Amino acid sequence: MTDIKINLLVKVWRQPSTNSVGSFVDYKVSVSPDSSFLEMLDEINNDLEMKNLEPIAFESDCREGICGTCGLVINGQPHGPIPKIATCQLHMRNFKDGDTVWVEPFRAKAFQVMKDLIVERSGLDKIIAAGGYISVNTGSIPDANAMPISKDVSSLAMDAAACIGCGACVAACKNASAMLFVSAKVSQLALLPQGQPERTRRVQNMVKVMDELGFGSCSNTYACEAECPKGISVKNIARLNREFILAHMKSDNIEA
Amino acid sequence: MAKLDSKIPAGPLQDKWTNHKFNMKLVNPANKRKYDIIIVGSGLAGASAAASLGELGYKVKVFTYHDSPRRAHSIAAQGGINAAKNYQNDGDSVYRLFYDTIKGGDFRAREANVYRLAEVSNSIIDQCVAQGVPFAREYGGMLDNRSFGGAQVSRTFYARGQTGQQLLLGAYSALMRQVHLGNVELFNRREMIDLVTIDGQAKGIVVRNMISGEIEKYSAHAVVLATGGYANVFFLSTNAMNCNTTAIWRAHKKGAFFANPSFTQIHPTCLPIHGEGQSKLTLMSESLRNDGRIWVSKFKKDMREPNDIPEEERDYYLERKYPSFGNLSPRDISSRSAKEVVDEGRGVKGGEAVYLDFKDAINRLGKHVIEERYGNLFEIYETITGENPYTVPMKIYPAPHYTMGGLWVDYNLMSTIPGLFVLGEANFSDHGANRLGASALMQGLADGYFVAPYTIGDYLASAKPKQESLEHPAFELVKKENEDLIAKLLSIKGKQTVDDIHKKLGRIMWNKVGMGRNEKGLQEAIIEIAALRAEFWKDVNVVGSDKDINQCLERAGRLIDYLELGELMARDALERNESCGGHFREEYQTPEGEALRNDEDYDYVSAWEYKNLGSWELNKEPLIYENVKLATRSYK
Repeated sequence: MTDIKINLLVKVWRQPSTNSVGSFVDYKVSVSPDSSFLEMLDEINNDLEMKNLEPIAFESDCREGICGTCGLVINGQPHGPIPKIATCQLHMRNFKDGDTVWVEPFRAKAFQVMKDLIVERSGLDKIIAAGGYISVNTGSIPDANAMPISKDVSSLAMDAAACIGCGACVAACKNASAMLFVSAKVSQLALLPQGQPERTRRVQNMVKVMDELGFGSCSNTYACEAECPKGISVKNIARLNREFILAHMKSDNIEA
Repeated sequence: MAKLDSKIPAGPLQDKWTNHKFNMKLVNPANKRKYDIIIVGSGLAGASAAASLGELGYKVKVFTYHDSPRRAHSIAAQGGINAAKNYQNDGDSVYRLFYDTIKGGDFRAREANVYRLAEVSNSIIDQCVAQGVPFAREYGGMLDNRSFGGAQVSRTFYARGQTGQQLLLGAYSALMRQVHLGNVELFNRREMIDLVTIDGQAKGIVVRNMISGEIEKYSAHAVVLATGGYANVFFLSTNAMNCNTTAIWRAHKKGAFFANPSFTQIHPTCLPIHGEGQSKLTLMSESLRNDGRIWVSKFKKDMREPNDIPEEERDYYLERKYPSFGNLSPRDISSRSAKEVVDEGRGVKGGEAVYLDFKDAINRLGKHVIEERYGNLFEIYETITGENPYTVPMKIYPAPHYTMGGLWVDYNLMSTIPGLFVLGEANFSDHGANRLGASALMQGLADGYFVAPYTIGDYLASAKPKQESLEHPAFELVKKENEDLIAKLLSIKGKQTVDDIHKKLGRIMWNKVGMGRNEKGLQEAIIEIAALRAEFWKDVNVVGSDKDINQCLERAGRLIDYLELGELMARDALERNESCGGHFREEYQTPEGEALRNDEDYDYVSAWEYKNLGSWELNKEPLIYENVKLATRSYK
């Protein structure tokens, strides 16, 4: 809790709508180092509203790094300069007085800019809908302890399941690939015994939809892992590749 | 006064739900696809209900204001989910979970509802494991449990510190499977702004398309609201930025009674406010109180750094006032005590925070033990505050966290509007005046997976509601009203921003309808909120257009409803001349400062019926305890 403020020049991407031309607009801001990055944008917005100007459109919700709603490219890095946190967890004390800060939306062919910093990421939902689940209806299920699962397997599955679906991996990748996202879900379910019956169908269906939606291929730069706010490992991508090849070898290729 | 029929089934407590399931009417499998059901909200309750109803064959439409259903705020729950599995062989049972929940709620919840909640809790764990939720396990491969506040058994299942996330992703994946199969249609970036009723029955909703700004109409045989709580009425709370009361409040204005609006939970261990620009508050796990000692300076406005304040000038106020429970005193007591010392001017540097100090624990146990127990939490703290809690005491302060109140529902989770069902935090039904930790997730999933799919079917089969055409004048009228409302908002062009006014409301609520309430303060709050409402309609500036993404307009629309709900919360708190759970009336306390209940006069649910703006009629649903003996909650 300090009273000293830092002064920044913030260059924010403004774009009125999907089909209009965007550009950077300069904002001078004086902000408490204890503020979060999004609170700094809140302050800019409050000032803009006072002047009857349209606030910067950006999304956020939980502001605790778990919902995956927020996602900005700050000085060229998805979720900003500090590793393993989401944009909402970035605080202004990580910037110096007099800094210039560039703020852009996540950019990818599959993520359309809707307005300013808001992008459409529903492609990620479509990939999950294609197979990111275990097909079990409510009820008629065995007791939870009927099937022992080793602590190590469960823990690996949890590492993968920690993905918050923010799309930073896509934004970080020069090919705009969603492989880290897809591999996290494929890994979680391929590791667990509950996921075995649909193991080959799942990976083929999810990869197929991923490709259809215009996400690029993986060329192993590991930029996705470096920018992932939850530290999801690229080992999951290796597992996805193995699962995918295995599914083809088993030759029960899916048609639809 | 209307007669409230809770529709609690007859028979012994243990058999009520079983009997009721048998007595309910069924919809023939082939006929299910002829029924349209609207579900608003995609958190634990909404997603689980949508998936289950879709699996049964109903035609479901799900609405969320997020880009994806997975963003719902259930995702942020950390601790765990309770169930009466008794895997630990430590004496747990459905009855014990039922009793703990009733007692934790300070005897202001319905026995039958709470018993059913405990009864279906075990199925929830089975369901989630079958979906692939990676719960914590022991080396033998069995599920691990931990204990939580308000219980003497280990019944909490957890997935690291992300239990809410994993449960929500389980429900979300089940939902997306139904989307893929064509049983559920997903409408993202749509905010419900009104309910459409025809002849007193719920027939559909009106939403704002948050991309195009268009007001859209949707019709169905039944409408389900699973839209969460309203703690953001305080502006600052642990709720997510977009959590709001609009869906339930506008349904309330269409005839759904609002129950126990003043029952709010203030969580004692949140990070304090850093300044005017603060946007929300972050919860720190309560487990920190196991080893941390809470203190403030003995002097007012003590501006020294905490490590410069000598031991004899520190006041460990919880240990002093409640020697037997000390730093582990219950949530409400701890929260109120912190406010007391802050009001005296003895908070951290005279401000709104108290110290949570690990120095003694580190000296006693060694830094490595503390790191093992709380390392992750210490890291989060340092990320947010920039201070190292191993060397400088943490600063904490209470914050609004959960709202036990909500729309009144009967045993079938149907509101006072036929055809309108309310699930999860949005209803009032299971937590009484205080919710126990790890019970919110349980209730959301119980309602969605195991209760609503039965009771909605019963409504459709027995009431045989008919679906109305979107051309019905009632739909047009509601649409027009809301378009006019938005036009009015955009035309005010005053001098204050939406957040400026919301912050003012938050301050009134926090100071007068917060942790400690009294008659004078509540009466003042009612007047001040009404005045602020008038100020809003005169002086707010809503920037931008209605034909576009407009977050300023979204926030303004939600604030309209908070400005009305806030008044009802104050009226409800004023009417209830007792203290119970999260509702603490300063006039009604024991000499030790404990909540003093008045079972003789106030053992009822307050169900408020909307008449006009600023005018409500109180309906009372008496609470009948046939199985549990009312007792004073003791923390000594």
